[in-house]
Amino acid sequence: MESGFDYGIILKSVPYLAEGLVLTFQLTILGILGGLVFGTLLALCRLAPFAPVSFIAGTYVNFFRSMPLILVIFWFYFLVPFLVGRPVGGFWSVTIAFIMFEAAYYCEIMRAGIQSVKVGQVYAGQALGLTYRQNMQYIVLPQAFRNMIPILLTQAIVLFQDTSLVYVVGLGDFLVHADIVANRDNRLMEMFSTVAVVYFILCLLGTLFVGRLQRKYANE
Amino acid sequence: MNKTDNTAPSTETTSGVGMIRMNDVSKWYGDFQVLINCTTKVDVGEVVVICGPSGSGKSTLIKVINGLEPFQEGEITFDGISVGDQATNLPKLRSRIGMVFQNFELFPHITIIDNINLAQLKVLGRDQDEATKRSMELLERVGLIDQMDKFPAQLSGGQQQRVAIARGLAMDPAAMLFDEPTSALDPEMINEVLDVMTELALEGMTMMVVTHEMGFARRVAHRVVFMDEGRIEEDCSKDEFFSGERGERAQEFLSKILTH
Repeated sequence: MESGFDYGIILKSVPYLAEGLVLTFQLTILGILGGLVFGTLLALCRLAPFAPVSFIAGTYVNFFRSMPLILVIFWFYFLVPFLVGRPVGGFWSVTIAFIMFEAAYYCEIMRAGIQSVKVGQVYAGQALGLTYRQNMQYIVLPQAFRNMIPILLTQAIVLFQDTSLVYVVGLGDFLVHADIVANRDNRLMEMFSTVAVVYFILCLLGTLFVGRLQRKYANE
Repeated sequence: MNKTDNTAPSTETTSGVGMIRMNDVSKWYGDFQVLINCTTKVDVGEVVVICGPSGSGKSTLIKVINGLEPFQEGEITFDGISVGDQATNLPKLRSRIGMVFQNFELFPHITIIDNINLAQLKVLGRDQDEATKRSMELLERVGLIDQMDKFPAQLSGGQQQRVAIARGLAMDPAAMLFDEPTSALDPEMINEVLDVMTELALEGMTMMVVTHEMGFARRVAHRVVFMDEGRIEEDCSKDEFFSGERGERAQEFLSKILTH
């Protein structure tokens, strides 16, 4: 019903929703950065010529890719305080869960990225006297990242949406804050519509940006 | 051979001993043998052209010299240092051997000047000014100083290959290896690359060149190595090779590439 839709409640709750959105962004950014660093290390391990190292990394990846994210979040929420011997709070346990989980996916993306760099480039770096590490650092990884940017960003958009799962451990992200207002004022329609529109716009912008990057690279 | 310090340059090189020596080298890809008991050498200041039909093992032969490809049997030494020895510091050894590839292999994500600077900074430990100065001298020499801030993709194939040669020379190598340096080039660009290589050869650079450019071989090679099916079939002076008195396979190869 048109008349029953209260725009006022949306405006009034903007600061509170923004606070939740900040947490959503924090979790997304930490998840991406941590996942990328850890995932790249995992990818290097998976491609290592030493079989035990690549086996361990491979097992890690397969394990986390077989787990629902929500289970990983729960798991770390209870496991991390147990391991460090003191409560760490929802934020850090969830951040670690995201990093560990995302790393498994970023590992596979980076592995494909590293393999997309032609062997001739590796030879060229080696022939100049670069060590394995230097060759990775200056020649292979920069090109692998560049080749994989669109897929890495797409994965980042998925993570942005997936951070809403933190409601299971009671963290106040964007969706949870909207939910609190919705239930308090019985304005479910307004609040959940707002959440949907905001997620939609942000993800659409991200997707459009990825598309533009892909076209740009395709033209080069 | 000096086993205790495998990376120290040997003093033997000036006494007429090969800069590059291969002794009875064999290599397999799985069950397939790509190099069969190859023995040859390249002396200091010598230019050796390697030719032969495609698939004869020429590229592999040149790639085993700086250890880009492993080999299973025989021995290779560069300046007295064993390439196959586990104790050899391969990156350090490679930094003394320039290499130019068929597909240029410039690093596409950095500029021309950075391509030439990179290994000078990271491997030789030169500082930025020193490296840039050396890079600019070499770019000047190959006629590409005005392209220094461009990216590789903005240059023609011939220009890219000249940059690749400059990149190898920037390390002040003791020898240069060329793996079909003109095969990926359009015909009109071949000469600009061969000219740079000819100049290098005339200056006394030790060079091993895999190429089908027989004009280049006639002009600057001291020796020609002819390979067929993984074997070195001929290893002789340039004059002998082109005299028309070599083996059947070499004659057949020469008549094919010289008449088309």
